[in-house]
Amino acid sequence: MTQTELQTMAESFSDFDIAAIRRDFPVLNQEVNGHPLAYLDNAASSQKPVQVIEAVDAFYRHDNANIHRGVHKLSQRATDAYEGARSKVRDFMGAKSDKEIVFVRGATEAINLVAQSFVRPQIKPGDEILISHTEHHANIVPWQMVCEQTGAKLKVIPMTQSGELELSGLDDLLNERTKILAIGHVSNALGTVNPIKDMIAKAKAKSIPVLVDGAQAVPHLKVDVQDLDCDFYVFSGHKMFAPTGIGALYGRQDLLEAMPPYQGGGDMILSVSFSHTEYNTLPYKFEAGTPHIAGAVGLGAAVDYMQSLGIDKLAAYEHHLLEIATAELEALDGVSIIGTAKDKASVLSFMIEDVHPHDIGTIFDQQGVAIRAGHHCAQPVMEFYGIAATARASFAFYNTEQEVAALVDAIKTTQEMFA
Amino acid sequence: MSDLRDLYQQVILDHKKNPRNFREIEDCNHMAHGNNPLCGDALVVYVKLNDDVIEDVSFQGSGCAISVASASLMTEMLKGRTMEEAETLYDNVHKALTGEDGGAELEGKLEVLGGVKEFPARVKCATLSWHTVHAAMDNEHDISVTTE
Repeated sequence: MTQTELQTMAESFSDFDIAAIRRDFPVLNQEVNGHPLAYLDNAASSQKPVQVIEAVDAFYRHDNANIHRGVHKLSQRATDAYEGARSKVRDFMGAKSDKEIVFVRGATEAINLVAQSFVRPQIKPGDEILISHTEHHANIVPWQMVCEQTGAKLKVIPMTQSGELELSGLDDLLNERTKILAIGHVSNALGTVNPIKDMIAKAKAKSIPVLVDGAQAVPHLKVDVQDLDCDFYVFSGHKMFAPTGIGALYGRQDLLEAMPPYQGGGDMILSVSFSHTEYNTLPYKFEAGTPHIAGAVGLGAAVDYMQSLGIDKLAAYEHHLLEIATAELEALDGVSIIGTAKDKASVLSFMIEDVHPHDIGTIFDQQGVAIRAGHHCAQPVMEFYGIAATARASFAFYNTEQEVAALVDAIKTTQEMFA
Repeated sequence: MSDLRDLYQQVILDHKKNPRNFREIEDCNHMAHGNNPLCGDALVVYVKLNDDVIEDVSFQGSGCAISVASASLMTEMLKGRTMEEAETLYDNVHKALTGEDGGAELEGKLEVLGGVKEFPARVKCATLSWHTVHAAMDNEHDISVTTE
């Protein structure tokens, strides 16, 4: 980044009150092993602001009941809260209609839903499913299962040493046999922001549907599904400051209309007899059983919270942290960064020479620095680099420059111990 | 940092940097591969039995400090013991590190592994080599443990 760009970026979050923001996240205010907690494992799961915690608490204290069925007051309030959350998510994603937002357990369930209800019924032996080398296991395994079930083939867009996608062969990989392109927006192991808009345009030019795994993107950058022109976009609430167990699938309405249900049960039907069942309309057709109502309410509150701060602003501040942390680690001897793409978000994967990532994780923890050590559910990425695991720091907008300094200190302590 | 110093005592770091019996035994009569697919630790343990006495035992492979040090210490502790003594020691280490069956005291220089108990996520790192040698003597050739 040039000095001018850095200056512009710094100005864009100059009124960002980090102290006030941190007060919104009670869990951050604690010591771990005698040190102030530096929570740098946001790519695994994010912390929750009081606004989300209180929304869930208030729902259970005042409004809790089942939805879409009771004629009583609480059921009506619960339904309003749940459907209100759907509208917030629709607005957050830039979708046209609430019918295009299906609540699911998380990105994993959403991908499985699309794999089984959209791709599986129409794919034939010899057809192809296209993913990339940098995918999370959640965007690999559901497609392998469809391939095993149907005789289709899994094709993989290769990656480069810097952790970017090697797109020179994309035109050939997108061909008449390709039944879907399923691509991560941001790599969870490396932080690479993929050029998905261009990739979607190329796929759509050949009428190939596209699913985007946005689990690592929505906490860090603005998403607009209409602007992207993707067919499906999936994410998990818990990585974007909402509760665990709730997430969303955006699907284009005409595609969702044509898809069979993923699971059968209550709430996804209009009428049931032993000879015939009439399925419900969108999005309820895909929400069998009582959903995670309080989770959806929490997700709606998380959307409100992020929008009140300004997603562009929090993204700019967080990116500033990533930039300074990257520069600090680059300056350290014996430390190598894994994933050096030009366009990155949140994630800083690294190795310390002669120290296993699990030892790094344990030693950091003793200094209050929480990071992930492991393969990050992206074993093909680890295999590409010929390593078993990395240490991964991942930032959110509530992290601070002091926590970047704690990360650097933890690296130095580790190196001293192993010297 | 006291807990950490306990875990990564000088002796563990020393064994990590200079693992003992880190070699192949060409005329071994038992061997097994131990691996933890999730963290990538991979060890091969070689045993040369003379009647029921462990005449020689060694290992090769790569892993974190805890798993390499534990394997290195293990080879030192097992050499010269009978199969039965080795089995008792295996049970003892397993109980001591997992706390199963009321736990156990670690014998001799294995005491340095005791700190691992305080780090549940790392117990499998310390037990990998012990499971592997146990498998080798049972004539199994591959064993996997997972830590994640």
